Order: sequence, then C-alpha cells, then structure tokens
Amino acid sequence: MHIEMKGINKAFTSNQVLKNAGFFLKDGEVHALMGENGAGKSTLMKILTGVYQYDSGTILVDGKEVRYKNPQEAEKAGIVFIYQELNVLFDLTVEENLFMGKEIANKFGVCDRKAMRKKAQEIMDKMGVHIPVGAVMSELSVGQQQMVEICKALMVDAKVLIMDEPTAALTQSETEVLFEVMKSLKAKGVSIVYISHRMEEIFALCDRITILRDGEYIDTRYIKDITMDDVVQMMIGRTIGERFPQRHLTIGGEVLRVENLSHKSLFHGVNFSVHAGEVLGVSGLMGAGRTEIMQAIFGNLPVMEGKIFIDGAEVKIHNTRDAIHAGIGFITEDRKTEGLLLDKSIAQNIELANLDRVSNRGVISNAKRNTLVKQGIEEFRIRCFNADQECGSLSGGNQQKVVIAKWVYKQPKILILDEPTRGVDIGAKKEIYNIINQLAAQGVAIILVSSELPEVLGMSDRIMVVCEGRVTGIVNAAEADQAKIMTLATGGNIA
Amino acid sequence: MNQKSKKLNAIVGEYGAFIALAALVIILSLISAEFRQPSNLLNLLRQASFNGLIAVGMTCVILSDGIDLSVGSTFALSAVVCAELLMAGFPAFAAIIIALIVGTLLGAISGLLVTKGRLQPFIATLITMTAYRGLAMIITDGKPISRLAANISSESGAFLFKLIGKGNIASSFNPDLKIPIPAIILVLVFAIFYFILNRTCFGRRIYATGSNEKCATLVGVNTTRVRIMVYSISGFLAALAGLIMISRVDSAQPTLGDGYELDAIAAVALGGTSMSGGRGKIIGTVAGVLIIAVLNNGLNILEVTSYYQDVIKAIVILVAVLSDSKR
Repeated sequence: MHIEMKGINKAFTSNQVLKNAGFFLKDGEVHALMGENGAGKSTLMKILTGVYQYDSGTILVDGKEVRYKNPQEAEKAGIVFIYQELNVLFDLTVEENLFMGKEIANKFGVCDRKAMRKKAQEIMDKMGVHIPVGAVMSELSVGQQQMVEICKALMVDAKVLIMDEPTAALTQSETEVLFEVMKSLKAKGVSIVYISHRMEEIFALCDRITILRDGEYIDTRYIKDITMDDVVQMMIGRTIGERFPQRHLTIGGEVLRVENLSHKSLFHGVNFSVHAGEVLGVSGLMGAGRTEIMQAIFGNLPVMEGKIFIDGAEVKIHNTRDAIHAGIGFITEDRKTEGLLLDKSIAQNIELANLDRVSNRGVISNAKRNTLVKQGIEEFRIRCFNADQECGSLSGGNQQKVVIAKWVYKQPKILILDEPTRGVDIGAKKEIYNIINQLAAQGVAIILVSSELPEVLGMSDRIMVVCEGRVTGIVNAAEADQAKIMTLATGGNIA
Repeated sequence: MNQKSKKLNAIVGEYGAFIALAALVIILSLISAEFRQPSNLLNLLRQASFNGLIAVGMTCVILSDGIDLSVGSTFALSAVVCAELLMAGFPAFAAIIIALIVGTLLGAISGLLVTKGRLQPFIATLITMTAYRGLAMIITDGKPISRLAANISSESGAFLFKLIGKGNIASSFNPDLKIPIPAIILVLVFAIFYFILNRTCFGRRIYATGSNEKCATLVGVNTTRVRIMVYSISGFLAALAGLIMISRVDSAQPTLGDGYELDAIAAVALGGTSMSGGRGKIIGTVAGVLIIAVLNNGLNILEVTSYYQDVIKAIVILVAVLSDSKR
C-alpha cells in the first residue's frame, strides 16, 4: 500500500500545528519520520488514521482520495497506528486483549475460546515471539506488551503499520526482537512508518526518512545518502555541535557509599560509591534491577539488608522523606505517572517539592514562591506560556526540565536520574546534559541510569553495570565501549 | 471557538455554581414574598450550617481522592455522646470538647482504615458508617435523649450549650435582624478552610495527594498523614454540626444525620470539585451548600410536597454536574 499526503494543514484553536505538511510512503518500505517534539509527527499520523480531521489538504491511499472519519475506518483499510502510550487492558489476558471488540463467537453468541486461542497462537508463531496467550498483561514486560500490540495490528491484516517511539521502553534485546519482526513484516510487503528519536536505530533499520520541523515538511531522503549530522541539522535548522558536551573534571570526596544492599528478590549484595562531582552511569538490561536499586536507596522500596553511608556516616532510610532529608534527590524514569502532577501547573509542581522554601511557618509566601518559580523557568529554560501552564501540555523535554528544576532547588548532595532523556528530543537532550554537567561541576554526586548506551558512555566518569540484580562490573568510562558494557550486562566476563 | 466565547466559557466554568445560585435566588425572590424576607434568608443560613460544615470536611476528603460516607453516623454518635455526658452531669464545656474529640477520632479511624488498612475509601467509610450508627444505637438503647439544657446544672454551661445552636447576634443597624450563631460558625469555618486550602503547605499537600499520590510521596509528602488528617477534619466538623443540631432541638437521638453524607457529597459535586481528587475549590462548595439550602427552603415555602422536592433537587444537581462535565 502506498500513501501520499499533500498540503496538510491543521490548527488546534489558534495554534497552527501543521503547515502544508506532506509525506509519501512507498510499498513495503520502512520510513522514518523525524523531528523535534512538537514538530507535528504524531499529529500528521493521527490525521492519516482519522484520529484528527485536517483543515485542508489531500490524502491519497493507493491513488484514491480518502478521508477517514475515525481510527476504525483506517484500520479497516489496513492502516494501524501503534501509539507510544500502549493501548492495552492490563487486567485482561493476552488473548482477551488481542480479540477485544472482535471476539470469535459461536452461533449462540458465546465466545469460542478454543478458536481464539488457536488464532492467537498462529499470529504469535508468525511473528516468532513466545508469549503465553493466557498470561495477564500486567505480568508481562513492557517489551512483551509492545509485541502484543503489534500482534493486534497483524490480526486486522495491516498493510501499513505506524509505530510511535516503539523502543522507548524496550531493552536492547527486546529491541532486536522487534527489529527482526519489523524486517519480516517488510519482507511480506507491509509498509512501516517509524517515529523515533533514536538516530542509531533509524540508520540501522529504515530505508527513507522524512523530516518535519515546526509543522512543516523539510525533506525526504534515502538513509544511505545522508549522515546523522545532516538529519540533526534539518531537524533543528542549525548545527548543534558535540552530542555530549565536555566538562572539566573536579572529582571530590566520597559522598554516597552503598554496602551489601539486598532485596528479598530483586537485587543482591550491591556495593558501590559515588564521589562529589562525579557522574556514575548505571547500565543494564531492562528488568536487571537498576531502577529498583535506586528506588531502594531512595527509601521507596524496602530492603532486607545493607548499609547506606552519606559523607562517611551511616544513614537509615525508611521512606522517601528520610532520603530527602539525607540529601538525596530522585528523578524517576516515569515522569508522567511519578515525576509530575500533570494536571497541575509548572509553578505548583516546583512549589510542592520546595514547600519549606516558599513558606513561613506553614503558610505559603506568594512572593517567595513566585521568585523561585520564575528563577526555575529562566535557569532551566523551560519553554512555556507562563508559570501557570499545566505540565501535561508541555513537551517531554520541558516536562523533564520542570522535574529537574524542582529537585535541584532542594539542593541534593546526590541526584539520581533514571532515564532522564527518555522521549526527549535532541535539542532538549543536550540541554539536560548541560544541566547534569553543571550540577556535577557544583559538586553534586550524580547517578545516571540509562538504557541508551551512547548516553551512558558519553556522559559518565565511571559506569556500573547491573545484571539480574547483581553488579557485574564498575568500569572507567574512558576504558569502556558498547561491547564491553553489553558483555557485562548479559552476565559475561571481561578480561 | 472564538476568543470571546472561550472567555465566557471560562467564566461560567469558574463561577457556574454561583451563577446557578444567583438565578435560583432571583427566581424564588420574584415568586415568593416570604422567601425574600431578610429573616428568612438568615434562617436559611442556619439551616445551611449542618450540611455546610460537613461539606467542608467532605471537600478536603474528596480533594485528597477519598470519600467519607461515615459523616452522618459520626454526626449522630458525637451528638449522643455529648447528650449522655450532659445527662451524667458533666459540665457542658467538657461534654462539648469530649464530643468534638470523639468525632475527630472517629474520623481518624476511617483514615487509618484507608491508609494502614489499605481499604478503598468507599468501603472503609461504609464500614465505619455502619459501625458508628450501631454504636449510637447501643449507647442510647435506640431511644431519644431529650431536655438536655434543663439537665445542665450550671447556668453558664446551659447558656453555652444553647448558644451554639440557638444563639443569635443582634445586628447593630437593625435590632430585628438576628444573625444566627451557627451561620457565624459556618462562615468562620469556610474562611479558615479557604485559607488552609489556598495558602498553607498542608493545603498544597492535600491537593498533591489527590492529584497523584505516587508523585507526592516521591517529593517527600507524607500522604498517609495527609489522609488521616483529612478524615479527622471531616469527623471533627461532622461532630461540630451534630452539636449545633442537638443544641437547637434540645434533644439527641441515634438516628440523627441519616443521609447527610449524600447531601454533603452533592454540595461538593455541585461546587465543581472532581470526584477523583486533586481539583476543586472550597468556594465552589460554598455555592453548592447554598444551592441545596435555597432549594430546600424555597420549595418548603412554596409548599411543594417532599416527594417532588427530591426530584427537583435531583434535576438541579444533574443539570449542574452535566454542564460542568461538558466544558
């Protein structure tokens, strides 16, 4: 199936999101759609699939003009959108999710479980994935849930598959499985639109790339004809310089030491330390226990045994308040459900984390509050209309800057950042890297947990690798490379 | 949507309940001379005080993403405790204080069930609602306790007891216009909670807990304490309302306050507070309480039979809540 979108315009109230945007998808190709957050990638695809209606323009599918009124119509035509936020029912089984709304029934109108199970298994086999069809969704890993979403798309015999940041929550190995599935789909003639911020993946996987900027069509190129720098330049309209900014090292004394930290099942015997001004990268596969170790240090997960020392003295951390009191800050991997009050304003979010700073004897001082919030917005370059804008309406990068701002003003000695650049565009990523470097330069001990190997390698001084709940190695970043880290992350040994 | 209608929409959204209230008052004033008498309007405030006090507590609980079904039973249990203490010869002041403490503790128990017991607020307070009603029955043996004021030995005690429900303050410019003490208590409580919810750290923590508990915990909010506190507040205010009631009618019975939780929830909903927590304003609750009070009072004056009254009230609430969710 080939698709042509021409001269698409779309405005939300007075905000023109797409200006004369276009897109051309060929038969059986993997086509990357790139642009900064807010460039209009998702909107363009939502217009194609009928989630939004366009104001003007033409959409041709196989040469015929179409205008889908809703996603169901698009699905019938064979165009399926797999959203970034997974659209699954967590309390139901894989099979029930697959057949939601299209159950196979016998002549009495009763669900024919046998037939459904058989068909579900067929599709799993076709994709080459092994997920028990009777398992409850919430028990699966994010990667497996993603696979179920793709299976769902295949059930309706999709000819075009649109994937919005499918690998954002996947581990390296899960990503590889996904790529294999995508390649086999392509071989069967399915066209794939691939929206992602991850340059390495796009260059490894895609045939062509279309770039949008500020709602406008910039260019479509063959991947083999361009470089990553070209893409970045087209995306932001200027060159960005070094991907990972350099910083001057001034590593001080030990700030945090963790001894023999163990959880009843998630991790065992964890030992490490971080120094003032140091960035300790933490790498490992998803589910290895990285996040859980950090949650435990922050008092959000009970531990069985182990000691935590801050500035040489042992501290007892029973809950998050103890951790904050001890000088630890924690930026969670899930900013939407844990990092921010999405329905509250920038000001309210910054204020909540710093209540003692903006109040006198329990009463909020508006003057102090407004000063702090204004300072936060300026210092961290949070792009917004004003401080009262709801965080839910900010782009991913700006949301993350709000989270960072609220923690930085608590003046932590140790700042743990768990996947701080997930779902953040290239420009904002660099800004976040600069902030991390600045904090380190001020003597904050930084722990940077990330699934993106280039990021860990580019930002850290030392890298701790976790595999199946154990620390399998701590290496100097200068001596590390992707292969070494992956070896450790999969339980192998390095000489 | 153009700029103008957007603005209008925002105004209606913000003050919708007050617009509805104003419309009701104007309509009733036009069709009933009795309704628009200043003395009736002041009496209306006295009638509003029970639901008003309970609704303030309910607002705090609902903002924290909870619900408190036990307020009607707490109202009754605190009231009969006070009555029994008075009959046993306790000084009025002591009986009142003890009853308020009892109410607060009853609320705290609901809070503990929700937090430490990890029960859903609806279930937890359904349990306490049933238990407290039963306890009120046990204490009184199911019978009303009457002639309370006459049983208070000291004159000052009797005065204090009568004051909270029956008392008035004469207004200086018109001696015929007496402002009821319950109305003054209500206004004070509204003012205090306006301040708490808008200007204090505790208020911010209530909103944060209701908006996203995980996120609030991670920045160091003790959400367990916040939840126990809001249920305690709800219990305290329900007890206060109960005391005003028995002072006014000079008797207490275990069936008092039956169904009051629903009126309070209705007032909060009318005021635009989100039932899933984190969003809403005390000022909305003020409007909600007054709408219900005006309806009750106005329909009584117009001699609408009580069966029709319920249906009319239901329609008003439905319209208000629908227009709120359509925005």
